[in-house]
Order: sequence, then C-alpha cells, then structure tokens
Amino acid sequence: MSDSMQTLEQHTKSDYKYGFTSNIETDKLPKGLSEDVVRAISAKKNEPEWMTEWRLKAYRQFLEMTEPKWPNVDYPPVDLQDIIYYAAPKKKKKLNSLDEVDPELLDTFNKLGIPLDEQKMLAGVAVDAVIDSVSVKTTYKEKLAELGIIFCSFSEAVQEHPELIKKYIGSVVPANDNYFAALNSAVFSDGSFVYLPKGVKCPMELSTYFRINERDTGQFERTLIVAEEGSQVSYLEGCTAPMRDENQLHAAVVELVAMDDATIKYSTVQNWYPGDKEGKGGIYNFVTKRGLCKGVNSKITWTQVETGSAVTWKYPSCVLLGDNSVGEFYSVAVTNNRQQADTGTKMTHLGKNTRSTIISKGISAGHSHNSYRGLVKIGKKAENAHNFSVCDSLLMGDKCGAHTFPYLEVQNNTAKVEHEATTSKIGEDQLFYLMQRGLSEENAVNTIVNGFAKEVFNELPMEFAVEAQKLLAISLEGSVG
Amino acid sequence: MLTVKDLKVAVEDKTILNGINLEVKPGEVHAIMGPNGSGKSTFANVIAGREDYEVESGSVLYKGEDLLEMEVDERALAGIFMAFQYPVEIPGVSTSNFLKSIVNANREARGLEAMNAMQMLKYIREKIELVGMDEKFLRRSLNEGFSGGEKKRSEMLQMALLEPSLAILDETDSGLDIDALRIVSEAVNKLRTQDRSFIIVTHYQRLLNYIEPDFVHVLYKGRIVKSGDKSLALELEDKGYDWIKEEVDAVAV
Ligand SMILES: Nc1ncnc2c1ncn2[C@@H]1O[C@H](COP(=O)(O)OP(=O)(O)OP(=O)(O)O)[C@@H](O)[C@H]1O
Ligand SMILES: [Mg+2]
Repeated sequence: MSDSMQTLEQHTKSDYKYGFTSNIETDKLPKGLSEDVVRAISAKKNEPEWMTEWRLKAYRQFLEMTEPKWPNVDYPPVDLQDIIYYAAPKKKKKLNSLDEVDPELLDTFNKLGIPLDEQKMLAGVAVDAVIDSVSVKTTYKEKLAELGIIFCSFSEAVQEHPELIKKYIGSVVPANDNYFAALNSAVFSDGSFVYLPKGVKCPMELSTYFRINERDTGQFERTLIVAEEGSQVSYLEGCTAPMRDENQLHAAVVELVAMDDATIKYSTVQNWYPGDKEGKGGIYNFVTKRGLCKGVNSKITWTQVETGSAVTWKYPSCVLLGDNSVGEFYSVAVTNNRQQADTGTKMTHLGKNTRSTIISKGISAGHSHNSYRGLVKIGKKAENAHNFSVCDSLLMGDKCGAHTFPYLEVQNNTAKVEHEATTSKIGEDQLFYLMQRGLSEENAVNTIVNGFAKEVFNELPMEFAVEAQKLLAISLEGSVG
Repeated sequence: MLTVKDLKVAVEDKTILNGINLEVKPGEVHAIMGPNGSGKSTFANVIAGREDYEVESGSVLYKGEDLLEMEVDERALAGIFMAFQYPVEIPGVSTSNFLKSIVNANREARGLEAMNAMQMLKYIREKIELVGMDEKFLRRSLNEGFSGGEKKRSEMLQMALLEPSLAILDETDSGLDIDALRIVSEAVNKLRTQDRSFIIVTHYQRLLNYIEPDFVHVLYKGRIVKSGDKSLALELEDKGYDWIKEEVDAVAV
C-alpha cells in the first residue's frame, strides 16, 4: 500500500466543533418510560384530551412492537428505561421577545451559528430552535402570519391550531408505522409545524435547529408541514449535540403533505455528534420521514447532508398519490471512524405519470460502514411511472465499507425504471494531480469529495450549500495525514 | 535551477531509473527523448513528487534545496509544474473554480494578494487566448470528457496561469493536431524567459522545430545515454533508436 493511501486511512481526529454543553437550568422528568411518563409529558404541555389519548394509543401499540433488525448497522440494544423523555430549559414565564430568552441559551445558539437575532433575520431565514425537548423561539412569525403562513412549534400548534393537527398528525406516518415512529408518537416533546394556505409561496427559507443538550435525554421531535393547493415552501433543519460518552437516542418523525400543484422542499444538514474515533458515544439517529404527494402535480424534494450520528437509520420517502406528482431524494451521507449509516429512500408510485429521482452519494472513510437502501415501488394503477436512480459510493482507504441495497417492486408494465450505481476509491492519481497544482492534501480531498457530491449540493439553498461543504470538510478532517 | 545527481529510483522493487545526472540552468530548455518504457514519465513524476516511487540513491537539488524532502504541494508552490501525459478527470469539480483556487493558492505562496473575481476572470481570459482554448471549457468539470488534445491544452492553460519556474511537459505534443501543436508551442515560447526552465519530454522531433531546445537527452533503460544539441533530435528522427541501443547494450555486455 502506498503512502498516500495510508495517510487517507489515518483518520486521526475529526474535531466536533459543536461538542460544547450549555449550563442551562432545566425542568425534566425522571428517567424511564411508562404510561405515566406519557401522561406527564402531555400534562406538562397542557395538551387537550384528544392529544393525550393519541399518545397513549401510540404507546400501547408501541408496547406490541419490536426494534427492527434489518438495517445494516450494529449497536447494543437501547435501554429505553434509561432515557429522560422530557427536559426543557426552565423559564420563568412565557417568552415574548428575544430579551427574555436565557442569555446562556442565546449564547448556545450563537455558537451554533443560528441567525436568531434581529439583524440576521434580515438575511431571510426564519428559525425555530428546539433545544432538548421544547421549541425555544420562533423568529419571523409575525411577518409570515401576514401571508397566512403558520410557522410555530408543534406544542403551540396543538394549542392554537388543534383542528389542523388533529387532521394531519399521523396521516402520513401512522403512529404504529414502525417501532421508533410509535415511540415518538407516544413521547414526542416538540418540533415544528408549518402550514401554507392555498396559493401562497413562502418568501423565505424556513428553518429549524435541533439541539440535544441535557445528559441522558432522548430527543423525539415531530415536524409536520402541510402545503395547500398551489403553495410552495423550502424548509431546512439542522442538528447538533454535545460530545458525550454515552449514546443518546434521537427518534424523530417528519410528515409532509402536498396538495394539488404544491411544492415542498425539505433539506436536512444533520450533524449530530458522531462519537469519538473508537466509536464511543454519539447519537443514535432513528428517524422516520415521509412525504405524501396527495394532489395532482405536487412535488416533494428531500435533500439531506448526513455527516453526524453514531448510527443512522433513515429513509426519507415519498408517496406519489396524485397524478403527475414528483418525488425527489438527494443525499450525501458521510461516515468516518466507526460511524454506521443505513440510509436511503422509498418512492411509492400510486398515481399516473408520477416521476421520482434518487441521487445518493455515500462517502465512507475510516472503519465506517455506509449503506444505501432504496425501494422503488410502482403500483398497479401507476401508468407511465418513471424512476431514475443513481447511487454512487466513494471510499477513502480500504477499511471502510459501502453497500447498496436497491429494491424494486413493479406492478405496472408501463413503468420505466433506471438504476445506476458506481463505487470508486479516492484515486491517488486525482490527489497527486490536484496537489501538483499546489493544493494541500486536505484541500485536494475536499475538492474531490465536493465534486463527487455536487449534484446534491446544487439542490440545497445557496447559503446552506456553503455550510454543507464546510461541514463535509470538517467531517473528513484528519482523514488525510 | 535543478541538479540531479546519480538518481536511482525503483517501483515495487524494480529499478526504473538507474543513475540519472542532469543539470538544468535558469532559462534553459531540455528535451528528453527515448523509447517507450525507458523511464521518462517516471523521471517527471519523481521530480514532481509522486509517492509510488522509491528513491534508492542520488540527490535532487531545486533552487539549492533538497527537493526529495519536499511534499508534492510544496514543490508545486515552489514553482515546479508538471503537464501530465495523461491528465486525470475530476468529476463535479468545475474547471473555472479549480483554476481560481490554484491561482490563488500559488499567489498566496508567493506572498501575493488573492485575485478577486473580476481580476481572475480577466487573467484567465488572457491565458485562455494564449493557449487557444475555448471559454466554454471553464464551465465543464475538470478534464471530464475532454478529448485528448483538449486535456493537453488544459494543462498548458494551467501552466500559463501558474507561471512556474520549472515546467516539465510530459508528451504534451502527443494527441495535439497540427494547429494545436503550433499554438501550444507558441505559447510555450512566449513563456520562455531568462529565469524559467523547461524539461520537455517528447517522441517527436517536430515539436522541437517549434520549441528550440538548448539540449537534447536520450533516456534508455533508466539512464541518460546520450546528450547533444537539437541536431541530436534530427539524427534520431532519421535513424531511430537502434543505433543508440546497440551502442549502450554493447558496452553493458
Ligand atoms: N507504478 C508502476 N508500477 C510498475 N511499473 C511501473 C510503474 N510506473 C512505471 N513503471 C514501469 O517503469 C518503466 C518506465 O515507465 P515510464 O512511464 O517512465 O516510461 P516512459 O519512458 O514515459 O514511456 P512512454 O514513452 O511510453 O511514455 C515501464 O516499464 C513501466 O511499466
Ligand atoms: Mg511516458
């Protein structure tokens, strides 16, 4: 083996710059899971009876279910009794303006680079920030309200817009969809809610930052986005967590509903703490994300840049029910050190002339394992459905693994399905070429990796694409000598 | 500029360069010729710092410094440029962004301020014209799907942009059509200065009609077995390599 391949394998360190903890006073429940805990969460949130019942029903279904074993990841069983299900920054009264937010909390958000203050809001990003279990601050709400757009925390939506929540919660991801979705449905603590009325195009990016801060807590947020006929929205979520030796569970549910001619673009820059070089600590990220293209000509695009988490299990999917609806999935998943990711998508074509595109780019370094799992399903009535999938893997060094599991179920023979897959190694030839022009090894690797992932970055809103590129560089930092 | 003494280099335990001696002074143009597999590209790669090669013995001084101690990128930033015989494709990396970043990386190394977008565009246009390239290549991925000749021109564009002290051209003429050969040669001639040196690896005397070398060397079995002026190239064109091979092989027996 040559030197440069060896240096590629020296995944010496990859400093996680979001690994700080904040000293914020919190109000939390004791560890453990039971009906009482579910009730207690609901009570803390002052939820109406129907919401409590919905949670309890989910909890009872959850008790009948078992943890899925099919993902290509390996981790010790999660002890659900050892988790705190509710932790919230203590507040003296309801927060009305930024001045009332705990300064330590604001400091945390500043460290995260969240544009929470007034000036940065002018940059045109509306932010909802969820720390541990509750949403702390939703910016820009008034301006959006003028257009009839609702953008608020999930808890608030339960209070203020119960009819919408009642109608749509669990409509895309049923409470008993899978083990972790059921768990989330029982204990979800907060999240974001977005509602776009008919014909409204959201004039700015909406964004949520999720942060796990407390020790031993799990984060179980829910996001629900409903886009009425002809509306458009672009939504971005970012996630970080402190460095901790123990594993922490993050089990979220995201549901998207797009009516006739509506477009939802959902982008994720996921940077949960990945654990250290030896694989100690890090977040278990078990997430269910699904979008329903309910109306004709509707469109849902998932774009994800996955760099963090110790174990990831995540398949943002689209159900293409409306005729001519479009589902897209663009993904860059990076694994380094001992990280494991099993991620991909499901495209379920039910309507006529439905189209889906899957672009998956996996980058594996160190001793990590990166799997793509994708299902393309063409239903009986889906005349002229069309899917195009590309799934490329890039290996750095020879101790990591890339795996692809494409599944195909076609029940209509007018379907057109195309699949391409490649696996390549970062070439010494490429590195030598770039370095011969004066780029450092690190820079050369980043250039190659960013080139590899370009089709996905192109799908991200501009300012986040830059951030994602930096994140990729940080994740692979130290992967060259 | 460059002093190579008794350089022996092996790849996977096979000795490929077997005692190279070469002195290149500022402003000189040296042509290296020789049959396939004689070690020309290996020599170029070793000077540029490729890691697959094991230097068994010998020394290389560049501007008075021990070149063999320097990393690939350090050498590049110190002014060594190699035009590749087979430039690699880098998918998804836009040519224009790449050019910007290498120009600024090299400027920074020379203590110059980074160029802004406007200055850069002007500078790149100027050099594009020099090497006769089409601007549309700037929007494509680096070398991806470029034809053989286009790749070579892209190498020349990069050379023109980086203004190296020592440029090594590994068979840049192969794959160029007649017009391109003339344009590229003219570009090289324009870049010839009193302080800039060139090592030009070629199989064809034709190139040397355009770029007049100060010296011509013949590499055979990892050794420079004959050196002369440009008339040596004419002689090789005429007689082939057999007579040299015979001479060398006779001595070796
Ligand atoms: N990485 C390598 N592994 C094994 N052998 C190598 C390697 N690199 C070069 N060689 C061998 O070294 C010898 C010299 O190769 P080199 O490419 O330097 O020749 P060249 O003079 O440039 O030939 P050409 O005129 O065909 O370009 C050849 O026999 C080649 O096969
Ligand atoms: Mg060669």
